[in-house]
Amino acid sequence: MRSNRHALNTALFLLPLVLAAQDKWGSRDGEITFFSSTPMEDITAVNPKVASVFVPSTGAIEFSALVKAFEFRKAMMQEHFNEDYMESDQFPKATFKGKVIAKSGDDLTRPGAHAVSVEGDLTMHGVTQHITVPATMTTAADGGIQAVCDFKVKPADHGIKVPSVVREKIAESLDVKVKIGYTKL
Amino acid sequence: MKLTTHGLFRSSLAFALAASTLISHAQDDLLQVLGPDTPTVQYTSASFKSTRVINGQSLENLPQGVLDFRISHRFGYLNSGINEFYGLDQASFRLGFDYGLTDRLMIGIGRSTYQKTVDGLIKYKLLRQCDQGCGMPVTMNIVAATSVTTLTQEQVPWFADSAADDFSNRLAYSFQVVVGRKFSEGLTVELTPGVVHRNLVATPEAQNDLYNLGLAGRVKVSKRIALTGEYFYVLPDQGYREPFHNSLALGVDIQTGGHVFQLQVTNSTGMFERAYITETTGDFFNGDIHFGFNISRVFTIYDPKAKARKKEQENAK
Repeated sequence: MRSNRHALNTALFLLPLVLAAQDKWGSRDGEITFFSSTPMEDITAVNPKVASVFVPSTGAIEFSALVKAFEFRKAMMQEHFNEDYMESDQFPKATFKGKVIAKSGDDLTRPGAHAVSVEGDLTMHGVTQHITVPATMTTAADGGIQAVCDFKVKPADHGIKVPSVVREKIAESLDVKVKIGYTKL
Repeated sequence: MKLTTHGLFRSSLAFALAASTLISHAQDDLLQVLGPDTPTVQYTSASFKSTRVINGQSLENLPQGVLDFRISHRFGYLNSGINEFYGLDQASFRLGFDYGLTDRLMIGIGRSTYQKTVDGLIKYKLLRQCDQGCGMPVTMNIVAATSVTTLTQEQVPWFADSAADDFSNRLAYSFQVVVGRKFSEGLTVELTPGVVHRNLVATPEAQNDLYNLGLAGRVKVSKRIALTGEYFYVLPDQGYREPFHNSLALGVDIQTGGHVFQLQVTNSTGMFERAYITETTGDFFNGDIHFGFNISRVFTIYDPKAKARKKEQENAK
């Protein structure tokens, strides 16, 4: 009797955990790359340690990237990026919180490529902008999800000022590429 | 039976509690299901904008593969009058190249107009202040520098008539420990205990070794502008020192991309250790002040991560 009750307790206790965990997909090693291209200089940086969670049933999606984890080709550029532009001591993370909107009738859990749109709040340098961008989610037969998204970000939209002396070297609008391989949590 | 009901009640309570935590959890931050962030080691960066505070060494080293081309210029004394255009007619100049062999080891060479001196230095970062993932509270560099004058014997003020014109008599050395801390984004302070050894000095009363202590700091006033100051105190009771003074310098750092401009006022004419620590003749508070500037331009010569990146790209294909 005593052990039965214990088992029931445990089962009831675990039930919500199971319910909640069932539906979440996540990754800790997503990749965000950005490019700035001008006639004077091409700059590129990659962050290979982006955390993201995606819930297919509700469409909820979140990203978090440590600003200091962006790796540049030139060490001095990385220092200036953190020190002068992103002020990463003050704003250590760039985040996105939003929703994946599938085409009506599309089931993202069905294997194959799905064109979706992602809508939500992008926060970097302490400034939040509401964005809507197209993305592709490819669901594999084994259930893994690959998400790819290309969009543009203007530093000025996030309160990042570029001094006039280097304006010719830093593009007004940066190309951002997001690549995440989700696994079931 | 009573017990069972009680047990069930407890179970439901546990259920409710667990459910509510989870719900609030989910609302707070979806990312928490990934678990806590793995702490990565992060060393403090940009304690100073440049490898020099003004004349003296800062806590910074050049990253591996980076070449720093430095032009340092001091005009004449501000109190030299209109005939000298308040110092702008005169110039003391140092041209230097520094290079980062590794992220912790830097070498440099320079040529100064001051006593036509060539100097070389080697700087090693022994300790690195840590922001996250480790506990080191300070950054510590050790710097060894040497200088040699190329003037003829008669022109060198400290070359006594009796001294032989040996190469070794033209040499001086400096050893320094630069230890300091970036207390906040806005404030960095460092101490530089050191010794300057001169192989030859002007009079028997002067000592070859001069122990000295530098104090320097930086206050950042905006993203690209910082105020700097440094003072080198030569410890007392080290022989006859007239007419020399301690070196004081106050400056402004302005950073724009790959350049750092440093503007300063200082009573020191030379820009290597023997010159500014032991041979500063100006009295700052008497108006013997040089206006000056340093320009630092960095170039990435070698990219240590290029190979790894190329390999990664090939693997990805």
